[in-house]
Amino acid sequence: MDKIIVTVDGQKVSVESNTTILEAARKTNVNIPTLCYHPDQNIKGSCRICIVEVEGQNSFSAACCTPIREGMKIKTNTMKVREARKMIMKLILANHNSECISCKRNGNCELQTLCEELNIEENDLDKFTNLLPIDQSNPSIVRDQSKCIKCGRCIEACDEIQGVGAIYTVNRGHEMRIAPAYEKNLCDVQCVYCGQCINVCPVGAIYEKDNIEEVWRALEDSNKHVVVQIAPAVRVALGEAFGMKPGSIVTGKIVSFLRKIGFDSVFDTNFTADLTIIEEGNELLHRIQNNGKLPMLTSCSPGWIRYIEFFYPELLGHLSTCKSPQQMFGALIKSYHAQKTDINPSDIIVVSIMPCTAKKTEAKREEMQDNGYQDVDIVITTRELAKMIKESRIRIEELDEEGFDDPFGISTGAGAVFGATGGVMEAALRTVYEVVTGNELEKIDFENLRGISGFKEANVPVGELNINVAVTNGLKNAKILLDLIKEGKADYHFIEIMCCPGGCIGGGGQPIPSTNEIKEKRIEAIYKVDLLSELRKSHLNPVVKTLYEEFLQQPLGEKSHQLLHTHYTDRSKE
Amino acid sequence: MKSFVSKLCGKIKPLSLKEYRDNGGFSGFEKALIHMSPEEIVSLIKDSNLKGRGGASFPTGLKWQLVAAEIATEKYVICNADEGEPGTFKDKVLLEGCPMQIIEGMLVAAYAVGASKGYIYIRGEYPKSIDMFKKATNILKTEGYLGEHILGQDFNFDIEVRSGAGAYVCGEETALIESIEGNTGRARFKPPYPPNYGLWGRPTLVNNVETLANIPLILSVGADEFKKYGTAASSGTKLISASGNIVNKGVFEVEFGVSLRDIIYDICGGIENENELKFIQIGGSSGACLPEKLLDLKLDFDEFNKHAIGLGSGAILAVDKTCCILDFVKMNTEFFIHESCGKCTSCREGNRHILKAVERITNGYGTDRDIEIIKNIAKIMKESSLCGLGQAAPTAILTTLEYFYDEYKEHVEGYCSTGVCELKGEAIKHG
Amino acid sequence: MDLKSNTIEIVERIGYTSDKLIEILIEAQLLNEEHYITEEQLKIISKELKISFSKVYGIASFYSMLSTKKKGKYVIQICNSGPCYINKAKNVVEAFEKNLGIRIGEVTTDGLFSMEYISCFGACQIAPAVKINEKIYGNLDENKVKQLVETLKKEAI
Repeated sequence: MDKIIVTVDGQKVSVESNTTILEAARKTNVNIPTLCYHPDQNIKGSCRICIVEVEGQNSFSAACCTPIREGMKIKTNTMKVREARKMIMKLILANHNSECISCKRNGNCELQTLCEELNIEENDLDKFTNLLPIDQSNPSIVRDQSKCIKCGRCIEACDEIQGVGAIYTVNRGHEMRIAPAYEKNLCDVQCVYCGQCINVCPVGAIYEKDNIEEVWRALEDSNKHVVVQIAPAVRVALGEAFGMKPGSIVTGKIVSFLRKIGFDSVFDTNFTADLTIIEEGNELLHRIQNNGKLPMLTSCSPGWIRYIEFFYPELLGHLSTCKSPQQMFGALIKSYHAQKTDINPSDIIVVSIMPCTAKKTEAKREEMQDNGYQDVDIVITTRELAKMIKESRIRIEELDEEGFDDPFGISTGAGAVFGATGGVMEAALRTVYEVVTGNELEKIDFENLRGISGFKEANVPVGELNINVAVTNGLKNAKILLDLIKEGKADYHFIEIMCCPGGCIGGGGQPIPSTNEIKEKRIEAIYKVDLLSELRKSHLNPVVKTLYEEFLQQPLGEKSHQLLHTHYTDRSKE
Repeated sequence: MKSFVSKLCGKIKPLSLKEYRDNGGFSGFEKALIHMSPEEIVSLIKDSNLKGRGGASFPTGLKWQLVAAEIATEKYVICNADEGEPGTFKDKVLLEGCPMQIIEGMLVAAYAVGASKGYIYIRGEYPKSIDMFKKATNILKTEGYLGEHILGQDFNFDIEVRSGAGAYVCGEETALIESIEGNTGRARFKPPYPPNYGLWGRPTLVNNVETLANIPLILSVGADEFKKYGTAASSGTKLISASGNIVNKGVFEVEFGVSLRDIIYDICGGIENENELKFIQIGGSSGACLPEKLLDLKLDFDEFNKHAIGLGSGAILAVDKTCCILDFVKMNTEFFIHESCGKCTSCREGNRHILKAVERITNGYGTDRDIEIIKNIAKIMKESSLCGLGQAAPTAILTTLEYFYDEYKEHVEGYCSTGVCELKGEAIKHG
Repeated sequence: MDLKSNTIEIVERIGYTSDKLIEILIEAQLLNEEHYITEEQLKIISKELKISFSKVYGIASFYSMLSTKKKGKYVIQICNSGPCYINKAKNVVEAFEKNLGIRIGEVTTDGLFSMEYISCFGACQIAPAVKINEKIYGNLDENKVKQLVETLKKEAI
């Protein structure tokens, strides 16, 4: 690539010819402010906050979308630029509900930060805040139009990354809003509740439905036995909310915190991830041996489940009937665990801490119950956990690391890798191989199934059988595979599909920002958890073995069907 | 008045290929296709000094050269017939008067730049034009002027007629491209420009109706003959759409170099009802409001540039002394509020702040601070909006602030000299 | 044929690619006397073209010639751009409001008329002008508006 020399605020810099002004300036340590710009998304050029002066031009150039030219003289810090940026910011603020102190994103808002950086003082423009009713129609996601600054990032996440298209622009001019068709509530359109829109929103216009109060209330109630589970992806991301480096593993600190605030048992979703592998692995073998519907598709990602129910109901038969680890956990607590501890299931409250907003809706699905007891009662996200920690005034940084409670605190590395794309497949292959062949799998790291790429595949010889598998993440990628299945061209036995890009570590409930760079660090941490585990194959989990011996009897058995498996609904007409 | 680009309008049956041919139609294209190389055509158009007639007055030959230089499996020629600038109806005269001339222009352009597919995007408000073009393209397909191996040569070109659906912003070329692709008509940031990255990411030539209608004539008469019309900076003729408080409203073809005064008082017969002229707005709602004293300006790109004015689409709206500047600005701003696409902050938010302040002034509650707000926001819109719509929207405000500042001031002081505004706040201010 | 099959027929005729969406929407609107596209139609088009429902709605709500809300059987579109404004479009608005008993943006109770502003449609030569169901009426004044409304009312019966 040719090098070009440009001048930024008097400093010469040599950059590649396809560089934008924004990138060139960063090379000179000038950090031009941005708002609609997101490192993982297309350049939009719509907020205009990144404008700069270019010598010889009458009007400003937007730094994010203007490519440099040889000899360009760029001025980023003139009186004119500063005044103009302030004016643009005032125009944004005039149409923004600036009640920061009660905002979900207070302290972590790009607009708020920028106001401080641009030295915004009193705004003397007319206020045009759009005070439409807040959409709280569903258990997962809340939308507050009064905060929206129309950057369009959420549309890109929903429409282009996920291929769901629940929201788009409506109307035009100052009446343009970002909303579902007919400005309906999210519950009335085909939204999968993945929350990817939340992760890219620079402000507090879209956020998770808050269930923190319910958790505090449960903990306060001395008649209730409150049990908590933590998903694999939470422990590698929570630290970010407290200024730790992305990829910090804080499992022990979370356990210690949860115990401190009064949970009766602190368990690990990784345990039921192991259990899922046993059930799902057996289901796969059963399908292969009995000419069942193939390829079988994983079923642990609730956003993905909603997606197939909405858009590909004709393929529901391909879905594994296994409940997700979250739901298996709840079902076992209110049956097996209730029996063993002699507590009435009605006195048990199961709380989940998940990286995911769709999990909140999954827990509320009608079929996710046994004997009238909903498997899981309250779901909070990683972000909500961070808020609870802050609210409790406990300094997580200073907490000692503690271990999970028995018995459901015991898990293997295979359960841990569920949190990253490719993890379920890797865990399944480790077990299926050994169960089928009876031999020990020597190379248990399936490197080619790891990483953030949208499509991965592998061919794994398992005894007589060659198992073809594929792994995908992000629903737009999933769509490609689903179309292949429809055309009969997907020559796979088993496909792992995760709703969110990167898998659960990139879930809609994770700390913000959640960029690809950060997601890769979280993935690294997940595999570190796996590597550091004493046991790394689900079928070797001793508690899983006990569970079958004492209670479930056998995989895919009657009890399993009652508690651990589920069914799906055609929602294409909704 | 001249009769050059519009000479066949009203003279022949618009859908008669025979009549068009009998009057020299398609001779330019035939000459180009059979006797000239694409390079020769591009340099002829460059020599002719033809500049875009849609508003931006970009040199046509240079644009063609940019598209021709691109290497791509597919290129497109788009005729921009989304004539949305208020007070502009000159393209309609060509569209309905001589559609084949425009198609011939597209054919030459396609051959010169190496495109095999063309679109004509006609605003939805012109159903008759759309219908006429559908018929014209069908006739020309049957007659071998469109389709494969045109005139037996190794040249294929087809045209699809597309209808707009009511969005002024689609006159902006990248918004138009978005609309053809089936999207909301929201402008893309530039660069990349359409010659490099246009429709479906391919090199695309977008030319205005009037620009394309000039092409067959330039091929017929040659660059030198064409340059005899007009001035050094502005060759040829221009279609002017005249409206407002004038005696003769309509579309008139004039030679570049004619003065605005001649247009208003000679061609258009002066101000109606024997009233006096207050100002003209030139180039539509996005154009400048020029006071009477500037009427001696000559219609010429260079001369206009010297005054930092754009000729725009060539619309002239004449306004007499009964009009209140503030009420006019209010109407003009309402237009942009309705037509802003909503994509960029400056335009989406700016217009309504201006309107609010103007309304305060026309209601008699305005202060100097409101004039300040109007000025500041107009400036930020002009200098920081993403596309031409937002950049040009405040032109009427900035020019009236320049030439009619007193009228802003008198309103703030509680007085509307034309009596148009009912200043309700007056009592408060002076009481 | 019903609305559903008529809408599908339009898609079949115009084409299934996403660039045909606007053309399809324009034609789909013509199927309804009330000059709008129904939710059912938008859903059908979304499904047939494989474009998300929200995007189809977003596009239908972007372009001013398309409507997602019911209008009158006669849609009176009054130009309020420069040339018509200069030629006293305000009087035309007032005359229509007086004769129809509705204001801009409203529909008469019998559903017969609705009234709205429209940007310049190039009839500046005969300003002030209005457009009623594709037909243009120019050089209007109070009397002409009164006559026009009477004619349309008779025509409707």
